[in-house]
Amino acid sequence: MGPGGTRMIVAAFDFGDAIDFILNGRESVTGGVRIGGSELLPQLWRHLELTGAAVGIACAVALPLALWLGHLRKGQFAVASIANVGRAVPSLALIGFAVAYIGLGFPNALLALTLLAIPPIFVNAYVGIAQVEPDIVDAARGQGMTEPGIVRRVELPLAVPLVFGGIRTSVVNVIATATIAPLIGVVTLGDAIVSPQVYGDAGQLGAAICVALLAIAAEVTLALIQMLVTPKGLKLSSTRRRGFPFMSMRRVEVS
Amino acid sequence: MRNIAAALAALIAAAGLAACGSSSSSDTSSSKATSSSSSGSTGQVIQSNPANKKVTVTIGSKNFTEEFILGNIYAQALKAAGYNVKTQLNLGSEQIALKALKSGQIDAYPEYTGTALTSFFKVKTTSIPTDPAKAYNQAKADFAQQGLTALPPTPFTDSNAVAVTQATAKKLGVKNISDLKSKASTITLAGTPECRQRQDCLLGLQQVYGLKFKSFTPVDPSLRHEVLQKGQADASIVFTTDGQIKANKEVLLNDDKNIFPPYNITLVVNDKVLQKAGPDFAKTIALVQKGMTTPVLQELNSRVDLDKQKPAAVATEYLKESGYTK
Repeated sequence: MGPGGTRMIVAAFDFGDAIDFILNGRESVTGGVRIGGSELLPQLWRHLELTGAAVGIACAVALPLALWLGHLRKGQFAVASIANVGRAVPSLALIGFAVAYIGLGFPNALLALTLLAIPPIFVNAYVGIAQVEPDIVDAARGQGMTEPGIVRRVELPLAVPLVFGGIRTSVVNVIATATIAPLIGVVTLGDAIVSPQVYGDAGQLGAAICVALLAIAAEVTLALIQMLVTPKGLKLSSTRRRGFPFMSMRRVEVS
Repeated sequence: MRNIAAALAALIAAAGLAACGSSSSSDTSSSKATSSSSSGSTGQVIQSNPANKKVTVTIGSKNFTEEFILGNIYAQALKAAGYNVKTQLNLGSEQIALKALKSGQIDAYPEYTGTALTSFFKVKTTSIPTDPAKAYNQAKADFAQQGLTALPPTPFTDSNAVAVTQATAKKLGVKNISDLKSKASTITLAGTPECRQRQDCLLGLQQVYGLKFKSFTPVDPSLRHEVLQKGQADASIVFTTDGQIKANKEVLLNDDKNIFPPYNITLVVNDKVLQKAGPDFAKTIALVQKGMTTPVLQELNSRVDLDKQKPAAVATEYLKESGYTK
């Protein structure tokens, strides 16, 4: 057996050890406390709370504005700026900076993650609305629909795949980035990742696996919700073309 | 737009303040340091031995301030003794450093006795001897089984400690950690994320000292002094050699029940390399370690962390100020 084979076996052992950490838990490397297993549940809950709050606030802030601007087909410059600035500011730097102004704890982590979540939601919703065929909008207007009615009953349903694409991107980004929250006092699943001395290699890998699984679960759940709210007509054409919406990543790349 | 402008202005102002702060502290601290480390001067100068020229040694270190400084001091001292020295001063963690040492990519690197025992030799923190010499001997014996020699330890120890501001110390009237007993319920404590679950940190304070703090907030290690200065925590877990202790005049509470194990540095060397290098190697290391007391390390760390000097330059200053090189 070559060194490659040995490495494979070592990797498989590490992976098994990490799974054991997730399922059964153990005593910490430095001793005196249980880690892993059921101890992960409060961390998982905190992770979900933080992610839900951040994405919720981001949606509440970004969606109305994006729908309005998209409907007016105005503000391309603002959209591009938000997208670029949002991409350029690292969350880790943001929490360090904000410690001086809002202190440690949940509000600080929430602010950093909300700012991380806004750009994809905003840009996708804007583009989703703005790209609706002008002919369709004109036809609706000709039928006598009000402007809010056009947004609600014509543009928004047609933009659903893109709007959801933005939310899904944000959720995955936020779940992954919420792992830095233990650095400012919010104990999420990132705890094992930032405290390798206590958790050891298995704990670090185990927590990373949990976060990855959480991201996949969130993605699949949102894909199902998207399927439920997508208009039948759009769904027919898209399923014929690409199948399950989880597979069809209709998103605007924010870069 | 106005918000962005305001944020930028705040950033620039903060940067300006930081610059002023560090330059003024550099003036005061470096003058103090020169006197303190020259008082520790032994007057012994490292002698260069031409016979050592044919031996090449690679010194490694982990990737944080104290390790960078120590790696540079050892490398420069061995060079002064005539050895052909290479460096590899940016190894991520102790696990990586140990692998590099065993595989021959480096020949020696400085490690903490406490870290070696917990991380390499699976000793629980409560089982680490509180006597520095005993902890070193235990680590030395364990290293020996792996073909590695742990050279005698430094005088300083970089252990955990409970730090408070001078004002807090005065207000509470405390000297020892056990004095906190009746006051802990009003005190907020900050520490690294791992502190929360360590016996030589929050767990020990709770179980051995019986302290029930008002709250414990895990923070990024780089914020451990900032939280005290900004009043975001009353007490913080720091390391005894942190430069900020001196610069901010923090008070370290005495660990009267010995929950913080010793973290002295030992230079861990590959046996074969040590044999090849001859007696000058260990002699040189022992010589330059003489001046490494805890206050001196605080000063050296502050020159890098607060005054933003390069670790290599600080190492050179140390060797000169202590009289080991000319």
